[in-house]
Amino acid sequence: MSDSQAAIQPHEGLHNPALLHHFATEEQQRDASNLGMWIFLATEVMFFGGLFCSYLIYRRWYPGDFAAASESITVWLGAINTAVLICSSLTVVLAIWAAQTAQRALLLLMLVLTMLFGLTFLGIKGVEYKQKFDEHHVPGASFSFDHEEIPSHPGQYANPQHAQIFFALYFIMTGLHALHMIVGLGIFSWLFWMAWKGYFTPHYHTPLEIGGLYWHFVDIVWIYLFPLLYLIDRHK
Amino acid sequence: MHDHAKSSPLKTYFTVWAALLVGTYLTYKAAFIDLGVFNPVVALVIATTKALLVALFFMHLRHASERLLKLVVISTIFFLFILMALSMADYATRGRI
Repeated sequence: MSDSQAAIQPHEGLHNPALLHHFATEEQQRDASNLGMWIFLATEVMFFGGLFCSYLIYRRWYPGDFAAASESITVWLGAINTAVLICSSLTVVLAIWAAQTAQRALLLLMLVLTMLFGLTFLGIKGVEYKQKFDEHHVPGASFSFDHEEIPSHPGQYANPQHAQIFFALYFIMTGLHALHMIVGLGIFSWLFWMAWKGYFTPHYHTPLEIGGLYWHFVDIVWIYLFPLLYLIDRHK
Repeated sequence: MHDHAKSSPLKTYFTVWAALLVGTYLTYKAAFIDLGVFNPVVALVIATTKALLVALFFMHLRHASERLLKLVVISTIFFLFILMALSMADYATRGRI
């Protein structure tokens, strides 16, 4: 954590109102918040991990049906969304850098850009979902995936029941990811409000770092979702 | 944090950002080339490289000095590995269904 000399330093000499009384130093407080966030992210990894594991099992069982179903998704929309999220991760680190270097206007701009990238992602996701609804590819009573050829197996058609499992995983995984994006937008609205109030200083901007960790984690989930859901056997 | 805030990290951030975009382009292009069983392997290697770049540089794991934090991150990866490996040790050895 911090060196023992800093740990026994009394509070009286410090004037940072953000330092809570049960922490010895600002650094210790920051490390504790950071560690707490990483433990939360560990639970998130296991949360998504279960879904990735079921995906792995079903893809091994029904490779052809998964490839046919994956091919029906508009791949370039997913690729653009990947780039959008990567750009949003850049604006997050730039926001933290702006706070560290006391550039208030840049900090506010980067937070707004992050939220705009997040909204763009959700908008493109909405377009994709609309396509899937129009094509009756949403699992349920009106699901239909008949006479869809399996890639590189001419004359062989995908089993609609198995393809439905792919689409169930697609909607659960991307839906859960989109829910995380919406939560992220809420967190960043709050961070923007705090930044607007001038709450962050080069000395204290832990909420930005913690919120940033969450945003980057959601980005990492998408980095795996994109190739696994959109890019199965795209070559003919 | 304040130590490396002085030496501007901007160059690192923009380099990592560019690398992530290149990685996205590569994984997109590689998906359309027939590599047989290696298609998913290439996709996962690129995805893991990108995830590592985000974790090390954007999430500042590279500068993590706290042992507790390292323990949390390593155990996360370890337990994810347990989940995947033990599940697949069952499902992948069942033969065709």
